[in-house]
Amino acid sequence: MKQKMGFSEVVFVSICYIIIIFVCVVTLYPFIYLISASFSSATSVMKNEVVLFPKEFTTKAYRVVMEYKGIWLSYLNTLFYTFFGTLLSLALTILAAYPLSKERWAPRKAMSLFIVFTMWFGGGMIPFYLVMRGLNLLDSRLGILLYPAISAFYVIIFRTHFQSLPASLEESAKLEGANDAQILMRIIIPLSKPIMAAVALYYAVGRWNSYFWEMLLLSSNKKFPVQVLLQRIIISSQLGQDIAKALTRGEASIPTTIKFAAIVITTVPIILIYPFLQKYFVNGALVGSVKE
Amino acid sequence: MLEKKKKKKKRLEILTNKWLYLMFLPVFIWYLLFAYLPMGGMVIAFQKYDIVKGIFKSTWVGLTNFKILFTDPYFPRLFSNTLLLNIFGLIFGFPLPIILAIAFNEIRRKKFKKITQTISYLPYFISSVVVMSMVIQFVSNSGLINMVLNKLGHESINFLQIPKYFRTIFITTGIWQGTGFGAIIYMAALAGISTEQYEAATVDGAGKFQKMLYITLPGLAPTIVIMLLINLGSILNVGHERIILLYNPAIYETADVFNTYVYREGLANRRYSYAQAMSIFQNTVGFVLVYLANKITRKLDGTTLW
Repeated sequence: MKQKMGFSEVVFVSICYIIIIFVCVVTLYPFIYLISASFSSATSVMKNEVVLFPKEFTTKAYRVVMEYKGIWLSYLNTLFYTFFGTLLSLALTILAAYPLSKERWAPRKAMSLFIVFTMWFGGGMIPFYLVMRGLNLLDSRLGILLYPAISAFYVIIFRTHFQSLPASLEESAKLEGANDAQILMRIIIPLSKPIMAAVALYYAVGRWNSYFWEMLLLSSNKKFPVQVLLQRIIISSQLGQDIAKALTRGEASIPTTIKFAAIVITTVPIILIYPFLQKYFVNGALVGSVKE
Repeated sequence: MLEKKKKKKKRLEILTNKWLYLMFLPVFIWYLLFAYLPMGGMVIAFQKYDIVKGIFKSTWVGLTNFKILFTDPYFPRLFSNTLLLNIFGLIFGFPLPIILAIAFNEIRRKKFKKITQTISYLPYFISSVVVMSMVIQFVSNSGLINMVLNKLGHESINFLQIPKYFRTIFITTGIWQGTGFGAIIYMAALAGISTEQYEAATVDGAGKFQKMLYITLPGLAPTIVIMLLINLGSILNVGHERIILLYNPAIYETADVFNTYVYREGLANRRYSYAQAMSIFQNTVGFVLVYLANKITRKLDGTTLW
């Protein structure tokens, strides 16, 4: 039975539409401005003539950025850190969660606490830095792969998921003589693909976006991920010689349009891939909330 | 006799579960190296740590660093900046995802809903460096905000050089980035409210607004309380990685928080031990707060945060 909406209903629903449209406009506008400005001439951006569409359309800023080899190198670094970092994280997270999901495993409780405690308490920034230094992982690609490898939060999500799988699967495989490693590889992992996709995505986004420890740990330009390079270009004024030479083109500082183009180039992959993966992101967010 | 039996049982457990032990081994080592070793490193707060001498040869100074800490004129400022950023962030930021979720819940056009939801989650996945880069450009002297001010006949304001604007800029950025994604959890909670309740209310002649007051909001209440507790539990933590991208000496007065200070004094200025004392203060109080929040949540609805 569908009722006709009364006046107050119409007002209520309209307010909802207005709120949502407002949120979307506010969300999208900075991106639109950014893209338009990056395709505009430097003078029109300086004079604040760009509002919605590019003024005096030009791809000069992009040509300057793309000619700078450092940005491609940092892109490759980011791809490297993201791909291998995510693989490592996923593998270690599963290796942590599977034993924790087995009641018959004696150290289960102690090891759960061992991991969960790190969510509540940490040694802090300085000891962590000193440990990385002590392990000889400063300015090391391996260090970048290793330092954020496991998130306790995702271990718990996987553990909960493994516990929800029927025990009969394991029992029948055991009867056929399979050991725990074979069961995990052949039975459990194929059944866990959706949750693996969701967690891998969150790990990957975290890797792609991460800058703080990369900035602290890495000292050679050739190992920088793209976020650190971007931070150098836009935020900190301490430009390396090569960056300055490539991007200022004789001016006192890097032109705004070039900064905008650099932002766009580093962000476009996320924005392009994101709508297709959005379903998994939302699933992932909710997987997490079950425990919250 | 009993000892022997116990030993035998233990050996059997290890034997049957050998693969589980083997799987966990790399994880165990990782946690030892990257989580527990740093915890051991906390002792430098009780030393006059010298990076050349190392932990074992540095001089022990007892509680000296903590005594300096509590009389440091910066300490109250860091404390209040940390708290205020979080409290204002909660006051202005916390209700918005709830409102957005309720709004989404009223939308019946599937395609419109899907597209707008996708848009609203997007900022959450953009890196802090990119977001803060955009903010810096937008609030700069020749930026978008000042362009609007100029059009309205005002002088340009150098926002990132004036302390009183920092909180607004930082919190607004957080809201822009987190509102859409934050709504997901409330939308899931809304999906759990039975449609029967709404139908019964319709029969009773309740309007949309009344339904929101008497069904939707009470239905969301448990989720709201839990989210609020989680936020209160982490009230001593601000996204220092984002602040570091935005602040500068001119606005330390409002922008400097515990973590940024620890980063600056400890890692940039190499006052390792003193900064670590501050870090221990923050982590310990933070730990107690999270613990309490978890305990209260458990009492309230029988689930835990972790």
